[in-house]
Amino acid sequence: MHLVINGTTRKIRSAATVEQLLGELELDPRAVVVELNREIIRRPAIAATPVSDGDVVEIVHFVGGG
Amino acid sequence: MLEIGGTTFRSRLMVGTGKYRTNAQMVEAIATSGAEIVTVAVRRVPLDRNDEGGILHHLSPEKYFLLSNTAGCYSADEAIRYARLAREAGFNDFVKLEVIGDKETLLPDTAGLLEATRVLAAEGFKVLAYTNDDLITALRLEEAGAVAVMPLASPIGSGLGLLNPYFIRAIKSRLAVPVIVDAGVGTASDACLVMEQGVDGILMNTALAAADDPVKMARAMRLAVEAGREAYLAGRMPRREVAVPSTPTTGMLG
Repeated sequence: MHLVINGTTRKIRSAATVEQLLGELELDPRAVVVELNREIIRRPAIAATPVSDGDVVEIVHFVGGG
Repeated sequence: MLEIGGTTFRSRLMVGTGKYRTNAQMVEAIATSGAEIVTVAVRRVPLDRNDEGGILHHLSPEKYFLLSNTAGCYSADEAIRYARLAREAGFNDFVKLEVIGDKETLLPDTAGLLEATRVLAAEGFKVLAYTNDDLITALRLEEAGAVAVMPLASPIGSGLGLLNPYFIRAIKSRLAVPVIVDAGVGTASDACLVMEQGVDGILMNTALAAADDPVKMARAMRLAVEAGREAYLAGRMPRREVAVPSTPTTGMLG
């Protein structure tokens, strides 16, 4: 399966949900916010939200800014 | 004490977290500044990481009030999207709303800003709106539901200081919500002059981050903001075009 994650197409091995995707990317779900096909996935919903081939995923966090 | 959107703050100085040479320097400068409100930005997580990750590895959300910005957004829709992502990160519902209209000056697109303010205020956001030094826009932002209006001293990152004290005073005299001057100060005298206009607070980033010694500048800025506020409260003497002696003119030798 291929997903477009943060603007780049990546091959995903086995993740079927947003939570598993974060696991595969070694990201802490508490430290990031996920947008799936332009819709924010609230933290309590990440385990139950499936990802499928071609989905567009944005994974963001806070960085320094003014 | 400064109240913004129902939350009370002691410090009138707010600082950004961008452009520091090192994270350690940023942490020390921010601690020295005495700021409680610290701005951050939403960006993509680098997936092939070899850096230390996000800003929260360095700044504790328990210690600082994290104010997310929408810097780099050039439309209302884009700014709204960033604001929603920031709120989902779960710290608070405040947003420093920026809708930029021009890449060269980074001046705000005030039409987009008003539109985004209306949408976000209706969604329960506490909007602090970064705007230019225009009174009418400031009044419209207040009407649109902004909890604070943030006129610029001069363009972002310019260090040009306070270009129009008159308009800043005009905005402050007409708004009920706090007026926080954001952007453009370069050194302590700029910050002092801003606070002498009677505004409620000031936000800066580059003036600290780009100083030769950001920690020393942070201390200077803390003192300048306090000095400017005190001077405003003290009420300055009137300006006169003539000299008035401060020493008795009577009792002079014959």
